[in-house]
Amino acid sequence: MTVTFPAALAGATTSAASLRQFLHGLPGVDEVGAAARAASLGTRSVKAASKSWAIDLAIRMVDLTTLEGMDSPGKVRAMCAKALRPDPTDPSAPPVAAVCVYGDLVAAARSVVGDSVHVAAVATAFPSGRASLAVKLLDTRDAVAAGADEIDMVIDRGAFLSGEYQRVFDEIVAVKEVCGGAHLKVILETGELRTLDNVRRASWLAMLAGADFIKTSTGKVVPAATPPVALVMLEAVRDFEALTGRLIGVKAAGGIRTSKDAIKYLVIVNETVGDRWLTPDLFRFGASTLLNDLLQQRQRMASGHYSGPDYVTID
Amino acid sequence: MTFEYAPAPESRAVVDIASSYGLFINGEFTSPVDGGSFKTVNPATEEVLSEIAIAGQADVDAAVSAARRAHSQAWGLMAGRDRAKYLFRIARLIQERSRELAVLETLDNGKPIRESRDVDLPLVAAHFFYYAGWADKLEHAGLGSNPRSIGVAAQVIPWNFPLLMLAWKIAPALAAGNTVVLKPAETTSLTALAFADICQQADLPPGVVNIITGAGDTGRMLVEHPGVDKVAFTGSTEVGKSIQRAVAGTNKRLTLELGGKAANIVFDDAPIDEAVEGIVNGIFFNQGHVCCAGSRLLIQESVAEEVLDSLKRRLGTLRLGDPLDKNTDIGAINSAEQLARITELVESGEQEGAERWSPECTLPDRGYWFAPTIFTSVTQAHRIAREEIFGPVLSVLTFRTPDEAIEKANNTPFGLSAGIWTEKGSRILWMANRLRAGVVWANTFNRFDPTSPFGGYKESGFGREGGIPGLAAYLQTDDEGQNS
Repeated sequence: MTVTFPAALAGATTSAASLRQFLHGLPGVDEVGAAARAASLGTRSVKAASKSWAIDLAIRMVDLTTLEGMDSPGKVRAMCAKALRPDPTDPSAPPVAAVCVYGDLVAAARSVVGDSVHVAAVATAFPSGRASLAVKLLDTRDAVAAGADEIDMVIDRGAFLSGEYQRVFDEIVAVKEVCGGAHLKVILETGELRTLDNVRRASWLAMLAGADFIKTSTGKVVPAATPPVALVMLEAVRDFEALTGRLIGVKAAGGIRTSKDAIKYLVIVNETVGDRWLTPDLFRFGASTLLNDLLQQRQRMASGHYSGPDYVTID
Repeated sequence: MTFEYAPAPESRAVVDIASSYGLFINGEFTSPVDGGSFKTVNPATEEVLSEIAIAGQADVDAAVSAARRAHSQAWGLMAGRDRAKYLFRIARLIQERSRELAVLETLDNGKPIRESRDVDLPLVAAHFFYYAGWADKLEHAGLGSNPRSIGVAAQVIPWNFPLLMLAWKIAPALAAGNTVVLKPAETTSLTALAFADICQQADLPPGVVNIITGAGDTGRMLVEHPGVDKVAFTGSTEVGKSIQRAVAGTNKRLTLELGGKAANIVFDDAPIDEAVEGIVNGIFFNQGHVCCAGSRLLIQESVAEEVLDSLKRRLGTLRLGDPLDKNTDIGAINSAEQLARITELVESGEQEGAERWSPECTLPDRGYWFAPTIFTSVTQAHRIAREEIFGPVLSVLTFRTPDEAIEKANNTPFGLSAGIWTEKGSRILWMANRLRAGVVWANTFNRFDPTSPFGGYKESGFGREGGIPGLAAYLQTDDEGQNS
């Protein structure tokens, strides 16, 4: 499958050399300035009605995740029940966007959520991505065959860091091809890319290769999502849209545990790419513990007092 | 769906504004001898906040004598370590009362609470902490042998950073063993008067700090007073010149920190997104009421369109309105007089053929407001490229080569600050060596730190504030002529 681009990008992907030239020609990111901008957006005060609105939106953006070696069908089914109805005491609490599981548990998840919530599967030798392309493609096919709506793939960071951009590009294109109708999220694992220049280049690389979403992290590497990383990725999708007219989603995954943090990300989205991205179709939180904090805040906004951790479920 | 931020106003309950204020002379609030007063207003609402006393000649005499007495009988004799104790105490009190002082500053000045809370007040405390540390180490500052105080300092400060400018003036003066008579700007006296309260709270000996309020006449009487040994002024170049004339032929030492028309220079290899933030911070921080504001944007032609598009998009997200709202980015213009000056210069820009642009922006009905404004197609000859506007108005020019950037940047009677945006380190050094500006920022703008000297070239003044050079302005040594 080939993606067609307007003139501004047409030459970028014709050869390994042109791809490299394009990525290295992107404006640099000043780390201090990006961190300062993200921190300054973090001082926005979101209160009252706007906070309630933001919390419900954040819940609808959650990819409720379990990615442990000890995951079992039972655990996944319980989590899926929660995804459908996060707050059993309050039916007005919206369902989450998706559940995110390993490929072999897609069927178990699907059996509970039906068509009401998306099922996302991690694939391509998640989280390290250290396997042959054949294995990665098989992993992806498996998940798609089991009914995954969304595939969260990892890029080969080793290849990226050694400058083999074409190899990373080709892998994404190949995975996208076997995804069929499933949406492709490309995990950059920014904690291993280290510099914001790399984050910008990897974002463009993934978008050029056909990603529907770009995602910060696997959650297995520290640091995972950070506000400056999300800022730079959002700038990339903003500029990509300006050139191509295509809207690419961003998923901040790992390390976002509180409503306060989640709202800071929503502010960064709002003031970087605008409110068109304030939808689960274009922005997601990959998280496991965040949902309960959002629910507790939601209960507090409704009742006026904190209920405590025993008043939200731990599935 | 749009993400509206609900109003998030900081509470006014933390400040207690008296209906009127006297002068702070010899450790006490006193009524002015002639009894005059004027009203100070909140520029965001035009609400009258308080009545401020006008110091006349008798009051200026009293303040200068009190400062002289305090210098010769107490402060000037005190061991540096003891002066340090007072300064550290003042610094801690400022931190403890920072919320109150931030709200008061925002009410009286019109600047957003986000800035008074996150920029002004932390820097005010940092200045006192920094110079407190120097008080007992003056002989180790490397400024000459036997460093000692000069005497009584007359200090006149502007309205754009009322409390911060007070800190820049008072902290080094006191650390060096001088006593001061300070006159805040007419429109922004309240935080200086709150600082007088802090001096009382800190048990500072009477007369070490005297705060006299009033307009230009009071300032003139103060700097011309024969009992003054040192004059420090921050404000307009016009007033600075008249002060220099007034002190000519006297023994008074003088430092002037005056206007600016800084070039903020963006090269084609700049980190564009961060440069756009730096441009915004350079000219729209504090409504552009900043002497070192990056009011002339010089963009390399090859990226001019891209940078301007990004800049315009970014200006669309600026939030103008109630300065006390924690989400406000752009507050009120400080006074009707300043608003008139900005308006006049902006009109001249249009008449002279520059293209004016502002984002969609609703201005409140009451108070003094000016929408963030960009002028393109500006040439060096336009008034808006030459005169200090001191408002949220950016003049955009372009250049083709580094040499042209230097020529244009330096082609101004001012020389306070400049900014360089490039990912190329060697170019930063090449440019910094050639820019005739007292402060050159690289890949940032409007960054301040008490350890870093600040001051200008040419009509932007002379002398430095901050760091060790800031201390030198308040010391005399046995090697006179070298450091004076």
